Amino acid sequence: MNPLAGCLLLSCLLFASGLGAVLIRRNAIVVLIGIELMLNAANLNFIAFWRYGPNPEALTGLMAALFALAIAAAEAAVGLALIISLYRRHHRSDIDVAEELKG
Amino acid sequence: MDFLAHHVWLIPLLPLVAAGLIAVTPRPQRQFASSLSIGALAAAFLLATLAFAATLAPGYTRTISNLPWFTAGDLTLHWGWILDPISAAMLVMITFVGSLIFIFSTGYLAEDPNYTRFFGFLSLFAAAMLGLVIANSLLVLFVCWELVGVASYLLIGFWFTKPAAAAAAKKAFITTRIGDLGLFTAMLWLNSETGTLLFYDSGRGCLESAALTSLVAQTTVAGLTFTAAISLLAFWGAAGKSGQLPLHVWLPDAMEGPTPVSALIHAATMVAAGVFLTARLYPLLSATPGAEGLTFSNTTPALITIAWVGAATAVFAAVCAVAQHDLKRVLAYSTVSQLGLMFVGVATGGPAVGLVHLLTHAFFKALLFLGAGSVIHACHHEQDLRRLGGLRRGLPVTFAAYAVGMMALSGVPILFSGFWSKDAVLHGALAWPASKGPFVLCVIGAALTAFYMMRQMCFVFLGEPRGVNASDAHAHLPPHESPRVMTVPLVVLALCTLLLSAVCTPFWPALEHYLAGPKATPPSVTAGVWGLLVLSTVATATGLGLAWFAYRPVRGSASSADPLAERFPAVFGVLNRAFGVDALYAATLTRWGRGLGTAAAWFDRWVWAGLVDLFHTLGQFTGWISGRVDEDALNGGFDAGCEATRWSGRRLSLVHNGQAPRYLRIVALGATVFALLLFGWMEQK
Repeated sequence: MNPLAGCLLLSCLLFASGLGAVLIRRNAIVVLIGIELMLNAANLNFIAFWRYGPNPEALTGLMAALFALAIAAAEAAVGLALIISLYRRHHRSDIDVAEELKG
Repeated sequence: MDFLAHHVWLIPLLPLVAAGLIAVTPRPQRQFASSLSIGALAAAFLLATLAFAATLAPGYTRTISNLPWFTAGDLTLHWGWILDPISAAMLVMITFVGSLIFIFSTGYLAEDPNYTRFFGFLSLFAAAMLGLVIANSLLVLFVCWELVGVASYLLIGFWFTKPAAAAAAKKAFITTRIGDLGLFTAMLWLNSETGTLLFYDSGRGCLESAALTSLVAQTTVAGLTFTAAISLLAFWGAAGKSGQLPLHVWLPDAMEGPTPVSALIHAATMVAAGVFLTARLYPLLSATPGAEGLTFSNTTPALITIAWVGAATAVFAAVCAVAQHDLKRVLAYSTVSQLGLMFVGVATGGPAVGLVHLLTHAFFKALLFLGAGSVIHACHHEQDLRRLGGLRRGLPVTFAAYAVGMMALSGVPILFSGFWSKDAVLHGALAWPASKGPFVLCVIGAALTAFYMMRQMCFVFLGEPRGVNASDAHAHLPPHESPRVMTVPLVVLALCTLLLSAVCTPFWPALEHYLAGPKATPPSVTAGVWGLLVLSTVATATGLGLAWFAYRPVRGSASSADPLAERFPAVFGVLNRAFGVDALYAATLTRWGRGLGTAAAWFDRWVWAGLVDLFHTLGQFTGWISGRVDEDALNGGFDAGCEATRWSGRRLSLVHNGQAPRYLRIVALGATVFALLLFGWMEQK
């Protein structure tokens, strides 16, 4: 197994566990953590493809990963704000209490 | 002056505006309505006098103003006004006599609740009549002709709660309509042949030589030229309006209207419209083929017909008048008779002769009717000759005025205009080359006129009070002279009757000369004139003398029996029923009409109504079918569709629990399926 395949396998595991957290868990904070895990799995892919790709001198993968980190930070800020707002409204931080869009 | 000649339509406009204003005036505004009506007509009289003065200029023929009215396809119709001697004279006469009658009406109808309406109708009538005489287009004339017919209908039926008045109004309207059909046909024919209905249009009018030349060149059935055929149709209309045989039946019945109406419409003006029409159309009536394609003669078939019909009517109506008991019916038959005389005048002596008699007759017949109105007013609406009497004492002014009118109508010589104008007619008839028949008939008519007028005088003014005044409830209230507002018009009319004779004598025939226009040769005094004057005086004297003699008992006592009726009851009865013409019409035309009406009603009820019912049922059936289709098939289908949609919506809405994880799971599921499909697809590639 070469290093790229190992990295991709790891990122798959990371993404799957993040997705599982988002889909299965009720706690909004855990969901947020799941989202962060998926983002970082993507970051790991960027780094792996850059590092083991045909042109590792150009800092392309690093740039993309840095952008993704910045977006993840912003997203965490928004997500936490949403969670606080949800808590203030329902006194819980479970996402299944937010069901105003029920059909 | 020239302005007025071109805007002569202003004269009928004044009473028309008055009529319009009165139409929207509340009923209690009596003073306003009558003042407006009289004021408008008096102002029209002033304008008419100015217009008349304009026509007195030497060599004046006519002023015409035409303007297009509307165009339909190839047909262009025009408004047109004309001011010529005959229309100017008619304008002055109508506005003058009309104003006096309007003033008289304020007294006569002083207690009528519908006083306001009455003056509205009178103004409408005056406007229409004035429009008729200044029309320079047969169409405009016809419109006004029908408007006077309507006004006449409204006024005869003014007391429409009286069944007799309502029936008389209908009879007048329908009978004149029958005549109008002839005039209408004549109008259509004239328009289709000449392409214009304007009388005078600087060479293009239908009474000018170009049109007449083409008309006389063509003939129709029985060798009549087109001019003769059109003239006869137009005369049929004139006969209806002017109460000539056989369409005279409406005029005596029209006396159901208020007496001022009889004076204005059924004596002085409207009934003379037929005579005026023949005078206006005289070039058409007298046109005949000649050396250069067109000459004028007074022995065309149309004029021969008019002369004979007029003469026959003159005698017929005079005979009927002898045996009438109703004060106004005597005068009505007398009007019919005098109209016949006017037609003879137009046909034999030319339009000027007929119109002179028309004008003088308008004055003295209005005078007689207003006098009769004054008598009726004084005697509490009693108008049976046999119940009046001795009124010379109670009503001296009315008596004097009535006597003037009576003598003018009878043709007492020298002072009375009726004598001179009648004499001109007789003179024309005597000189007529076609036949002496009309002349003889007219002389007989003149004698009869004198007879029935003297009979009427004996009954009404002479003798002692009879009937109503002698014995019944009003006996303690002797007949009183009418108020000033009624007697003054009488006196004015009487003076006019006397004064007019100055311009009608054969020695200085100013009026006739004026009416004939500057081109005509002035009539001259010949030996025949003297003979004729003597003859007509003798005829009048015979009539007056016979009546004076025959009605000795009436004029000497309170006897109410008619000596003629006692001596010749059968003949008198026939005359009293006017030879049964009314009964004849009732037995034939009316019955046929009613039969036709019944048949039409039957046909309507059973055939047409059956068809209509059938379609109605069919329609209902179709409606029911389409209703079922709608309700059951279409609506049912839609309802089922809607229900199914709602059901599925309810089921599907269960999926939406509003929780993000579920949506995410579904998205993930979808993504997985999509990824598998993509993967499979790539494998296949």
